[in-house]
Amino acid sequence: MQNATQQPLVSLRHAVKTFGPVVALADGSIELNGGEVHALAGENGAGKSTLVKILSGLYHRDAGEFEVEGRPVTFSTVADSRAAGISVIYQEPTLFPDLTVSENIFVGRQPRGRFGMIDHKMMRDQAADIFEYLGVPIDPARMADGLSIADQQIIEIAKAISLDARVLIMDEPTAALSGHEVDRLFEVARSLRDKGAALLFISHRMEEIFDLCDRVTVFRDGAFVTTRMISETTRDEIVRDMVGRDIDQLFPKLEAEVGEAVLEVHGLNRAGVFRNINFDVRAGEIVALAGLVGAGRSEVARAVMGIDPIDSGTVTLLGKQLKPGNPLASIRAGMGFVPEDRRRQGLVMDLSVLRNTSLTLRDELATFGIINAAKEARTAQEWCEKLQVKTATPHHSVSTLSGGNQQKVVLAKWLATKPRLLIVDEPTRGIDVGTKAEVHRLLSQLAVDGVAILMISSELPEVLGMADRVLVMCEGAITAELSRADATAELVVQAATDHVKAAAS
Amino acid sequence: MTDTKTSLPRADSTDTGPARRQGTGLLRVFSMREFPVTLALIILVLFTWLSNPRFLSSQGLKDLLLNATIMMILAAGQALIISTKSVDLSAGSALGLTAFLTGTLFATFEGIPIVVVFVAGIALGAALGAFNGLLVTTAKVPALVITLGTLYVFRGLNNWWAGGTQYFAGDRPKAFGNLSVTTVLGVPIITIIALVVIVFVTMFQRYTRSGRDLYAIGSDPAAAVVYGIPVGRRVFMAFLANGALVGLAGVLYASRFNSVGATTGTGLELQVVAAAVVGGVAIVGGVGTAAGAAIGAMLLTTITGSLTTIGVDKFWQQAVVGVLILASILIDRLATLRRASQLRKATQ
Repeated sequence: MQNATQQPLVSLRHAVKTFGPVVALADGSIELNGGEVHALAGENGAGKSTLVKILSGLYHRDAGEFEVEGRPVTFSTVADSRAAGISVIYQEPTLFPDLTVSENIFVGRQPRGRFGMIDHKMMRDQAADIFEYLGVPIDPARMADGLSIADQQIIEIAKAISLDARVLIMDEPTAALSGHEVDRLFEVARSLRDKGAALLFISHRMEEIFDLCDRVTVFRDGAFVTTRMISETTRDEIVRDMVGRDIDQLFPKLEAEVGEAVLEVHGLNRAGVFRNINFDVRAGEIVALAGLVGAGRSEVARAVMGIDPIDSGTVTLLGKQLKPGNPLASIRAGMGFVPEDRRRQGLVMDLSVLRNTSLTLRDELATFGIINAAKEARTAQEWCEKLQVKTATPHHSVSTLSGGNQQKVVLAKWLATKPRLLIVDEPTRGIDVGTKAEVHRLLSQLAVDGVAILMISSELPEVLGMADRVLVMCEGAITAELSRADATAELVVQAATDHVKAAAS
Repeated sequence: MTDTKTSLPRADSTDTGPARRQGTGLLRVFSMREFPVTLALIILVLFTWLSNPRFLSSQGLKDLLLNATIMMILAAGQALIISTKSVDLSAGSALGLTAFLTGTLFATFEGIPIVVVFVAGIALGAALGAFNGLLVTTAKVPALVITLGTLYVFRGLNNWWAGGTQYFAGDRPKAFGNLSVTTVLGVPIITIIALVVIVFVTMFQRYTRSGRDLYAIGSDPAAAVVYGIPVGRRVFMAFLANGALVGLAGVLYASRFNSVGATTGTGLELQVVAAAVVGGVAIVGGVGTAAGAAIGAMLLTTITGSLTTIGVDKFWQQAVVGVLILASILIDRLATLRRASQLRKATQ
């Protein structure tokens, strides 16, 4: 099947992509051969998605060489990469819900009959042929609205086939699929490979990589690490490639005195989202909730906060059991929540820094329901200074601030309520390195001041550098609890991909 | 242009055609978005006819069609716009301008050929539509706001241009006015023009790639970009085409009605949007046809006539129109929910 001397279908060498000061891809290299399924592995933030977007023409590389079938190429749009025979199947495809399945496959290239008019019947028949070939029973005449994610992916694959794609990139396609659906997808993938296509398969699930793929390329910190033959490597070796580095001393972890349990969570369940969640967080302690994107970590945090409903279980704060589904009561009881998506959930982007900071304090600042503006300004100023929010004036809207400073405003907003428990979801996502360290310093200082902190993070160094204890989640269950001393990158990654244990719990 | 090729051998389509289709012919008719509004129109006409047979006399039918014609063209154009998730609120004002242009041309240039007036009216409408389209696609501001602005701008232009001037049917050649009088097989000429236009627009929507692109854009604008659809160009063209249709409607308006002046067409835009919505063009975009919108226009204009015929107080008539709009939205919503729950069951 493989031929060492054959010319690669796709070859990307030393690609670089930066966004302002953030380097998303430092050294992206990969070679895809016809007739192989090639795995791309790496932690969250290793640069996999950036690589995919360069291959698909969504991003333009800043440097590096890119060749398709030996010819240098530069894609300026998705259409360019498609014309070169590259198709991407995303984890959650974007279809047009109001159009039929067949039309979703042929949008913009519908077969035309007499007078250049679209031949709807021919279009349906061609779609049906592809589905027959793929062995999937999807009605080409139905609307795309309401299709399962697995079927939506099949439609994307059908589209790729109709486009004569030679290179098929699948970006975490199995994340949202059931076991049976994964099997079907793999069958389709193998038959395409056997017909000479090159497939790039991105997955966090080691067993899938070993089941399906022929070679694996590992990325770490935006750079190529190695490419190995699957038949000549082991799971442990790949994990080592993925994390192989020292946890740098970026994390100014201060020693904090660990006190009484502030938060106790018992038997938390929500059907299909998470199950049997038990843990506690003590005063002065930073507990990290680690795991892969989609493992259910944010959902647990939202349930603890009372934002999302739960089926069963209890949340106890400072010895008092909280009423589920009531975030206001949680705030009053002493919880703060810094959400993952600060633009949409953490801040009112068009309001000023001052207003955003005082948002959680309206009751305190008001007399007879009317907010005391002077007091509001004073409090906001005080917290912005404490957190060193860099803004010309607190009257500017927060949308003008950098990501890091926005995050500080969110933190300020919650710290002003003097919480006993602070939940932070991906506190440093999308923040430049310098500000990152400041956010870390802040969190550490809070712990010293006796605040209990539950930190969700997908970045291993952050987890290992900041946490006193690490809880690892996989598919809605906690699969490991590691102390700071025991926690290593390997153990966390192992537990985060431990689907066997997750299924058993 | 050649067909898109498939990398697979074509199966013999004769033995795979109908068997793979969903549902029977009748079922497909029932599930068409235009079905409820058509049914409502038929019931309305039948009911009114039974209570007053004169309603469908040849004169009655002619009035019915004449009343609906202008609105039908406007609704067909609006269907193009709404299916892309936009809306054009300036239609009434743009119609006013083109109708006044028509009156002005006839009054100023004696013996001007009617065809030239048609071309001029359509061109002015297209220019106004292009102006809307340019603003919507470059400013990236919702069309609702842009066309709300141009509604007043166009009306302001009309006021400034017309002042107190009004042109009457007497200022226009008889042949032009006869377009709304002469009938072929009982159907007035302007209605025939409208029907041809509506068929043409509906065919465009169903059978051309750029027509299908409009639905894709309305269905999911972000996905449309990813798919490489030239969203800006398509939306611009939709506004331009709608403008041309408004222009045509403006010229026909001058043929149908006695006077054109500064306030011609005021308030029409909301009736047009209502007609499109009632006709199955969902305001959120992605679905609906010009034909459906035209039938919706027919229903809304007919209902006024028939309520009068069966003796309903005219004060109630607007409320009835309102109920119709709400009912059509409700039917649409219920059908969506039912389809969704069926799909959930089917996949379990």
